[in-house]
Amino acid sequence: MSTATRTAPARTDRPAPGAAPVAVRHVLSRIGRYVFLCAVLGFFALPLLWLATAPFDETPTITASLPRFTLDNFRALLDNPYALSSLLNSVYLAAGTAVLVVTFAALAAYALSRVRVPGRDALLYGLLLLSSIVTGTATMVPLFELAFRLNLIDSRLGVILILSGGLLPAAIFILKDFMDATPTSYEESARVFGASPLQIMRHIVVPVVRPGLATVGVWAVANVWGNFLVPFLLLRGPEKAPAAVIMYTLYTEGGQADLRLLSTFSLLYSLPVALMFVFVSSRYGFRFHGGIKR
Amino acid sequence: MSAITMRELTKVYPNGVRALDALDLEIADGEFFALLGPSGCGKTTLLRTIAGLETASGGRVHIGERDVTALPPGRRDVAMVFQDYALFPHMTVQDNIAYPLRIKKVDRRARADKAAETADELGLGALLQRRPGQLSGGQQQRVALARAMACHPQVFLLDEPLSNLDARLRLEARTFLKRLQRELGVTTVFVTHDQAEALALADRIAVMEGGRIRQVGTPTEVFRRPANTFVAGFIGSTPMNLVDAEVRDGELVVAGTRLPVPEGVQVTDGEKLTYGVRPEYLDHTAEPASGGLRGRVVVVENLGSFSLVSLDLQPADAPAGDTPGTSVQVVVPEGREPAPGDTGWVVPRPGRSLLYRDGELVTPTATPAVPAARTAAGAEQ
Repeated sequence: MSTATRTAPARTDRPAPGAAPVAVRHVLSRIGRYVFLCAVLGFFALPLLWLATAPFDETPTITASLPRFTLDNFRALLDNPYALSSLLNSVYLAAGTAVLVVTFAALAAYALSRVRVPGRDALLYGLLLLSSIVTGTATMVPLFELAFRLNLIDSRLGVILILSGGLLPAAIFILKDFMDATPTSYEESARVFGASPLQIMRHIVVPVVRPGLATVGVWAVANVWGNFLVPFLLLRGPEKAPAAVIMYTLYTEGGQADLRLLSTFSLLYSLPVALMFVFVSSRYGFRFHGGIKR
Repeated sequence: MSAITMRELTKVYPNGVRALDALDLEIADGEFFALLGPSGCGKTTLLRTIAGLETASGGRVHIGERDVTALPPGRRDVAMVFQDYALFPHMTVQDNIAYPLRIKKVDRRARADKAAETADELGLGALLQRRPGQLSGGQQQRVALARAMACHPQVFLLDEPLSNLDARLRLEARTFLKRLQRELGVTTVFVTHDQAEALALADRIAVMEGGRIRQVGTPTEVFRRPANTFVAGFIGSTPMNLVDAEVRDGELVVAGTRLPVPEGVQVTDGEKLTYGVRPEYLDHTAEPASGGLRGRVVVVENLGSFSLVSLDLQPADAPAGDTPGTSVQVVVPEGREPAPGDTGWVVPRPGRSLLYRDGELVTPTATPAVPAARTAAGAEQ
C-alpha cells in the first residue's frame, strides 16, 4: 500500500517540475513517521516478547532472548500450593464484583437517565471524583477499620463490596450514556402494549444496552484482576489470596525474585483477561445494534 | 372499536405549563380524526393522555363505555405508533409484530402465525426475519402499523405518522394509511402539524392552539369556513388573505374598495372587521373590474399548474406609488400570470368571502349546495 502511494504522486508530478521537491518531502516525512511508529511499537512489544519467551526458558533473565525450550517452569509452578488456587480466587473476586457492578450500575443508570433528579450531573461528577479516592491508597486505613468493624476482614465478600464501591460511580457514568442513547419511545411503546416495568427492563432495555453492560463487565473484571492493594490488606492468608497477591510471594529462599516462576505465573495470570477480551469483543463487538443511531 | 370522549380534560406539567386547558372533545366510533396545530399547541400531549402515557391533571377520558382516566396505558386497549416508530432494534420484524401478543402470553406458534398473517396484509411477508435497521423508512412504518394491528386494539393512536418519511414516500404512505384505516374501521386519532396531511387523511379535524381546541370540523368545514382568524391562517397550503375592513354607509371598505356586506351579517357604521378570502377564491384580471381590489404585482411564484401571485394593495383614491402595506395573494391558472410591477385587480368570488369580528367568524352558514352534498357523501362512507 505504501509503495502505491509513494509512486502515484511521482508520476503525476512529472509534468510540473516545481512540485517534485514537495513529493520528495512527502515521502521522507512518511518514512520518518513509520520509523517513529516502529520505535514506539518496539518499546511496548518488548515486555510482551519477554512474557512469551521467558516462561519457556531454563534460565530466564530480565531481558528477552531466544529461549532454550523447556516446560519445567510450569511443573515447578504446579508444585507451588497457592499458584493455581489463587487464579481461582481471582476469578471469584472478579466475577462477584462484575456481577454486582453491572447489576447495580445498570439499575442506577436507568433511573438516573429516566427520572429527573435535581443536581443529577453534579451528583454524578461528585461520585466519579470520590470513587478514585475510595479504593485509593489514601482511604485504606478507614476502609480497613470499616471492614474490621463489619467483621469483613479475611472475607471475599468484604473485598468484593469495597471493590464494587470503587467501581460503581464510573460504571454508572458509562452506562448512563448508553441509557440516554436509548429512545424512551421504546419503553413507552412497550408500556402501551401492556408490558410491566420488569418486562420492559428484560425485553427491551437490557438487550438494547447489552454492549454497554458487556463493556462495563469486562472493565470491572480487568480492574479487579489487576487490583493488589485491597485483597492484600483485607485477606489474611494465602488460601484466599488472588493471583495479584500471590505474585508478590514468588521469591527464592535468598529473597531474589524467582524469574522462572514469576514469568510463568505472569503468563497464566494474563491469559484469562486476554481471552475474555477476545471473547466479549467477538460476541458483542462493543458497539450498538443498527437502528439506534439517529 | 369505540368512540372516545373527553370532558374538561386538563394537563398541567410540573413546571406550570398548561398543555391542555379544560378540553371537551368527542371522537366518533370508526372515525379517522386529526389533531392539528403548530408545535407546542398540546396536540401530542392530548394523544399521550388518551394513550395513558401522561396522566390528566383534571377531567375524564372515556373509550367506549369505559372511563379510562385512571387506567395504565396497557389496560386501555389502545395501540400507539410513535413518530420514530419505536421498533425494537434487537428483534426481528416478526418478533416486533408479535410483541404485543407476547405480553398477552399467547403461545409462540400462534404468535408467529398472527405475525405472518398481519405482515402479509401489509406487504411485509418477505421481511419477517429482517431487523428494523435493515428496512427502509416506509417499511419500518408498516412494521410499526402491523405491530399496532396485531393486538386488535379499540383505538389507534398515531404520532406524526408521516413526518419521518421523505416527500415522495409521504404521498404514497398517506394513501396507504387512509385505505388501511377505512378497511379496518378502527377509531384512529393522529397528530400532525401539517395541515395538508390533516385535510387529506382525516374525516374530522380538531385545530388546536395553546392547549385549546379552536375548531372541530370536517376538512371541508375548516377549509371553507375557518371559525376564527387563527384557523384561517393555519389551514390551507396558502393561508387565507386577512385584510382590515371598515363599515361605511352599510358597505365594507377594503383597501379603498367598496364591497357589499355578506348576507345575514349585522354591522354598524364605523365598525372595524377583518375581511378574509382564500387565494383560490380570488380572480385576477389585468383590467379594472368593479368590486375588485387594485394592487401592484410584487411576486409571482410558479407552482406548476398554477401560480401564486402577491399584490400590494393600492386603493384607487391613493396617490400612485403609495402602498398601504397590505398585500393579498391570489392563485392564477397557468398561462395567465402577470409580470411583477404590473397593476392588477383581484375580484372575490361571490359567497366565498368571510367576515371576522375580533378574530371570530361572523358570516352565517350560507353553505353552497355543492359542498353540502360532498360533506354528506363523505359522512356516509
